[in-house]
Amino acid sequence: MSITVPKVRVPYLLLFPGFAFLFTFFILPIFNLAQTSTQSPIVGGDTAQYEQTFAFSNYINAFVENREQFGRSFVYATLATIFALAISYPLAYAIAFKSGKFKNILLVLVVAPFFTSFLLRTIAWKQILGEEGFLVPTLRNLHLLGQQTTITSTSVAVVAGMTYNFLPFMTLPLYASLERIDPRTIEASGDLYANAITTFRRVTLPLSLPGVVAGTLLTFIPAAGDYVNAAILGSPNTKMIGNVIESRYFKIVDYPTAAALSFTLMVAILILVTLYIRKAGTEELV
Amino acid sequence: MALKRSLSLEARSILGAGISRRAVLAGAGGLGAAGLLAACGGGGDDQSAENSVRWGNWPLYLDFDEESKTYPTLVKFSEATGIDAQYFEDYNDNDEFFGKVQAQLKLGEDIGYDLVTPTDWMCARWIRLGYTQKYDLANIPNHANILDSLKSPSYDPMRESTLTWQGIMSGFGWNTEKNPKGIHTLDELFAPQNKGKIVVLSEMRDTIGIILLAQGVDITKVTEDQFMNAVDFMTKKIADGWIRGVKGNEYAEDLTSGDATAVIGWSGDMFILASENEGKFDFAIPESGGTISGDNLVIPSTTSPAGKVNAEKLINYYYDPVVAAEVAAYVNYVCPVKGAQAEMEKIAPELATSEYIFPTEKTSSRLHVFRSLTPDEESVWAEAFQQAQGN
Repeated sequence: MSITVPKVRVPYLLLFPGFAFLFTFFILPIFNLAQTSTQSPIVGGDTAQYEQTFAFSNYINAFVENREQFGRSFVYATLATIFALAISYPLAYAIAFKSGKFKNILLVLVVAPFFTSFLLRTIAWKQILGEEGFLVPTLRNLHLLGQQTTITSTSVAVVAGMTYNFLPFMTLPLYASLERIDPRTIEASGDLYANAITTFRRVTLPLSLPGVVAGTLLTFIPAAGDYVNAAILGSPNTKMIGNVIESRYFKIVDYPTAAALSFTLMVAILILVTLYIRKAGTEELV
Repeated sequence: MALKRSLSLEARSILGAGISRRAVLAGAGGLGAAGLLAACGGGGDDQSAENSVRWGNWPLYLDFDEESKTYPTLVKFSEATGIDAQYFEDYNDNDEFFGKVQAQLKLGEDIGYDLVTPTDWMCARWIRLGYTQKYDLANIPNHANILDSLKSPSYDPMRESTLTWQGIMSGFGWNTEKNPKGIHTLDELFAPQNKGKIVVLSEMRDTIGIILLAQGVDITKVTEDQFMNAVDFMTKKIADGWIRGVKGNEYAEDLTSGDATAVIGWSGDMFILASENEGKFDFAIPESGGTISGDNLVIPSTTSPAGKVNAEKLINYYYDPVVAAEVAAYVNYVCPVKGAQAEMEKIAPELATSEYIFPTEKTSSRLHVFRSLTPDEESVWAEAFQQAQGN
């Protein structure tokens, strides 16, 4: 059997567009970001004029000054991920196993909100949670909410908005992995005298874990860097690291600090995700 | 215009039409995303053509006819001169726009606009960095029509490369049901009924300027200590739960939704809110004084010679009092053109006496301009102001 040289090259040729894309739009910008992150203002220079001084202290300053927002980002993202999982799992389960002929309609309904802009959906939440929405007056009448207490401009609103906005990212991978479960394994579990809870715990849940891992990653990663929800639904006391980066870049025109913060965020997420995947395993990640 | 006026604020913001020139979603409050999305759309063609001019301006800042979906004064300009005037409502935020075009300006590459409309302090930065071109005054005979009070700003004392498009007053806005006596002092703003329902502007010079004026500081000479003192005041009001947000034009939505009952806001927005909600809202210049700033017509350094001439003709056209009055009748900000008030008598007499558009001497004397900052101050002060808002 002779393998001709061109055939060996085929895989590389196929990979080329992907590599070229990643190089141009990922590697180069990352390099640029790293370069910017260690610059300092030119002495006597004007706004937005920086020079390379390898000021690694930028990282320490950026982190120390904004540790509160870093912490908040991870707490909010974790909460949003947990809530999204709690909502999505039963939803995905119902669609996969119990929806019958409505399966496709339900799936479309999960995705449908994505046809409108992320921003508009978040603004809609502002209306829902606002003073003149139905929720706040109802809760007040039930005395579950004080007359002066509001929901918008609180961390509750920010986490709620994040949970909602990232819900489909959780639901779809969960659905995909639940749907692939062979019903016969569940039947077999019943045949072996496992009750419903045991079957779920020992059969369904383990088989759906790849979906859980994928869903939590797809939710947590963008949620940690999100700043739209905090900007629209939050207050100065709920700012996340994304808001700080935005303000550093655009408002203060402090590109080095903005770059250092972005890098720190990226590395922090990378470490967390690596630890998580190590623990959860990726072999069956969809 | 009829349609625009009849829609609710919510509906308009959902439609993306915005509620004031300060843009819907991308108010200075820190929401760059919408602006970034818009930014991707960019300006016009790759190069300024011989016979066209590309103008980037704030949203809802030029007379617009809902029925024909055109800008009547701009159409008339094109018809009269044969210049194809392309209008882009994508100047959403000073900082964001600067972030978007700065790299190209630095390299001398076309930014997609022949005319842009930055606010005073941003004009100062553009001039400092050499990103503007001086006007050929022969093309702008109406240059002399600028109001005396606007004639010589510190950043361009001879008005050689900037002319005011519209002036913006900032002061207190309030919900008249919650504040029946109105708000005229800082103490009245921070009254118990407004606790947790106060929104202030994300424009540093307006919010801090008004606080400084209330503290008896002359904002044309403010020192760093005085500034930081006012920022501390704001930080404390946020920490104590008085101020719920620091925002761009979105404060108007908060007022209509009831989430805010009192604001530091802009005159034009408040005019629209008041006229749309039958007296539910009102606006006043604080007793201790309010701030005034302007957005200015600026020709970027990257504009071609042909584009520059066309831009100058456009500027000249809008400095004709007749045209200026038509624009002012729509946008409701302070009109910078002499003689426009007399023209307004003819087209909309009720607006000719409007303090929003033609502030009287007495009102003008209570309006102050924040002094120009050095580059160092610009970044240090901006940082303090951003940190006060949790950024």
